Amino acid sequence: MQTVFSIGVDALAYGMVLFVISIGLSVTMGLMRVVNLAHGAFAMIGGYIASYAARDLGLAYAVAVMLAVFGTILIAIPVERLLYRRVYGQPELTQVLMTIGITFCVIGIANYVFGPTLKTIPTPESLRAPVSLGFRTVSAHRLFVIACGAAVALGLWYFIERTAFGVKLRASVDNAAMAAALGVKTEVVYAVSFAVAVGLAAFGGVVGAELLPIEPYYALRYMVTFLVVVSVGGAGSIPGALAACLLLGAIDVTARYLVPDFGNFFFYLAVILVVCVFPRGLMGRAQ
Amino acid sequence: MSAVFEVSHLSKAFGGLKVNSDISLAMNEGERLALIGPNGAGKTTFVNLVTGRIPPSAGSVHLAGEDITSLGAVKRVRRGLVRTFQVTRLFPDMTPEEHVVMTILQRLGRATRILARFHGDSAATDEAAEILATLGLTEVARRKVATIAYGQQRLLEIAISLAQRPKVLLLDEPAAGVPSSDTPRIEEALARLPASLAVLMIEHDMDLVFRFAKRVVVLAAGEVIFQGLPAEVAKDPKVREAYLGSYAHAGG
Amino acid sequence: MPMTASASRTVGRDLLGLALIALVGLAGYWLFPDNLAFLTRVISVALLVLSLDLIVGYCGVASLGQGALYGAGAYAAGIACVHGITDPVLLILIGAGAGAIMGLLMGAIMLRAHGLPQLVLSIAIVQLLHEAANKASSITGGSDGLSGMSPAPLFGVFEFDLWGRSAYLFGLGLLLIVFAVLRFVTRSPFGMVCRGLKEDPLRISALGIYAFPVLLKMFVISGTVAGMGGALAAIATQVVGLDSVSFEVSANALVMLVLGGIGHLYGALIGTVIFMALEHVVAAINPFHWMTLVGAVLIAIVLFAPRGLSGTLDELARMLTRDRWRAGR
Repeated sequence: MQTVFSIGVDALAYGMVLFVISIGLSVTMGLMRVVNLAHGAFAMIGGYIASYAARDLGLAYAVAVMLAVFGTILIAIPVERLLYRRVYGQPELTQVLMTIGITFCVIGIANYVFGPTLKTIPTPESLRAPVSLGFRTVSAHRLFVIACGAAVALGLWYFIERTAFGVKLRASVDNAAMAAALGVKTEVVYAVSFAVAVGLAAFGGVVGAELLPIEPYYALRYMVTFLVVVSVGGAGSIPGALAACLLLGAIDVTARYLVPDFGNFFFYLAVILVVCVFPRGLMGRAQ
Repeated sequence: MSAVFEVSHLSKAFGGLKVNSDISLAMNEGERLALIGPNGAGKTTFVNLVTGRIPPSAGSVHLAGEDITSLGAVKRVRRGLVRTFQVTRLFPDMTPEEHVVMTILQRLGRATRILARFHGDSAATDEAAEILATLGLTEVARRKVATIAYGQQRLLEIAISLAQRPKVLLLDEPAAGVPSSDTPRIEEALARLPASLAVLMIEHDMDLVFRFAKRVVVLAAGEVIFQGLPAEVAKDPKVREAYLGSYAHAGG
Repeated sequence: MPMTASASRTVGRDLLGLALIALVGLAGYWLFPDNLAFLTRVISVALLVLSLDLIVGYCGVASLGQGALYGAGAYAAGIACVHGITDPVLLILIGAGAGAIMGLLMGAIMLRAHGLPQLVLSIAIVQLLHEAANKASSITGGSDGLSGMSPAPLFGVFEFDLWGRSAYLFGLGLLLIVFAVLRFVTRSPFGMVCRGLKEDPLRISALGIYAFPVLLKMFVISGTVAGMGGALAAIATQVVGLDSVSFEVSANALVMLVLGGIGHLYGALIGTVIFMALEHVVAAINPFHWMTLVGAVLIAIVLFAPRGLSGTLDELARMLTRDRWRAGR
């Protein structure tokens, strides 16, 4: 019973980390139709910034998180301007090449600057202690991660469903040309969405660092995982992404607990099955 | 004589929106029929229904006596129901000759052979040369399609459909986008289509319709509102209302 | 007949091309006698990149999982060799067969989806096989790699010696044969239909041609070629590692292909040679500098030379000879 409970908590926490990091990717892919393989690189950059701020400069965790989010957005802006803009509307292969190229560069530079070792982000005391739920104790950090995921999901839901910007965003996802004709500044929508996506990636990279450790190959190691979440969930769909993250997180964590020597075997098997059955994703729309 | 092509009570609704409702028409061998109608009348949907790209909500399509309603797009082509495209769909890096040769090879069941040379099939190459010559495309036969004039690309669309030797040919606005100086060449090509072939032309250009078609079907708001001789079209009150009404609406 | 004249011209050009490959290959043999093991690996990877060109360059299907086909060939040949089938030619055929079967499976799965899901499927397949090969260590050797192969002498005469002379020349011969066959395949009616599918699948279906069987056939051919490449690597190095069926090898193959230029066959060879030569030099100094360099090169290709090196050279040549070309028309 204890095992089932720990698996459940870990799976939920892992799924939520995947969600926080991937949701931005899902929204921008749905919006800009860019196959972005470099999304994980931004999560990694966030992790490095937070690690540097909290461990080397000794800043508070919350400050480190803020620095990571805004620092990563700051780094991403010129990348978007100079590189991503060139591949909007280009064939998929071109986008794959450009974003793989960006990923490789980030990995190489990260290693040059920070070295090949694993970087930790010291968490505050309050997150390290176990928390008693009455009948079970769980790690506070896991709860924190789950809460972050839930907050991001709710926040995004509010942002997209209830704000004026959200209306413009949804209109642009549905039909960019029509939205532009109706006076929506799609350029601005794109830029803001990209920034939010990158910021969320960085945020997820920091809070999830205990589950997805920060090291130079991070960007490549989890690239596939994030892409999988988007294509399984259906690009542009928040509930789809959430469902995909929880499903794949559950499968991955359960398999690791029960049949650890199979590695990611069952994860990828699930991916193949789901994509074959739902080629447009769990909640993807017909095109 | 039974009809070579027959559409009966064909309907298509998207949700509650009826885009085509209860369309019926029949064509005999060698017939020249034109389907006209104002913008939004449902012509594109009709083409998609007939060619099998979308399934109908109700109704049937028969080709040479066979019910093809449930067949996919590729099977319909193989049965002899061939179309051209409103906006040319050609391979920019290939030559007109290669387009026609590929088409002929497909007709002969040799299009996907691996152990053969594409350019080594003299029967197909000779036939392609003949077809291209009848359409006046010999000069550009070995140039990349991307480098030839749009009017010539339109003629190539017709050449491809001829190479398919269809029973029924659907011409989807065969002169769209062609400069008026080139339209006579298109018309000439259309006039020389095989006499036994049933041709259904979907067209905007009334001059072209009147010169080409022996019979006209008018579609408005998804319904057939007129079937008859070209000379009578303009007098029909329903047609006048559909066109003038729609223009008035568009103008307002 | 102008047809026969142009046909004999293409045959002549192909023979010239094959002679050029043979010449460069033999030059490598004389110039770098101490690096023949590395050069054999280049040939093996060149077969992988060629196989990827068939799918990406000729059919327009993006794949980041070509390592699945390469690895299938490598493991099949390796396992057969360990179990006593030692004739090198037979081992290559076994690798080809395994690659073909894997190509059939992979095509059948990947062709169900389009766009991003298709790309994700390609990655998931290679990762799944990677995990499977790792798990089935009793057959594959797992993360230690499969070793203990000792291929018999080629044609019963030429030993696979320590310097890898036989292996290299064997590989070069194999590459020449495969290249000649692929030239023929890409010029067949089937090859032309594939090119058509890449540009406009709707037009192909309007001609009455089904896309799926054509693409699936190309996956099988591609698997055959990649499987031969994997088998060659197994025979030459007498080790099969998990890295032969990995995302990294698949992504690298795509980079090499794009570097050389897609849809040319020649581009695949040029890209492989340049990429691996650079890697040999730079990665020896620092593997992370190598990653940065590859990344920068990819970005530069997208920005400045979208058609790869061979495409850009073509374009340059055309620009230089444009006046003459115009006058000839």
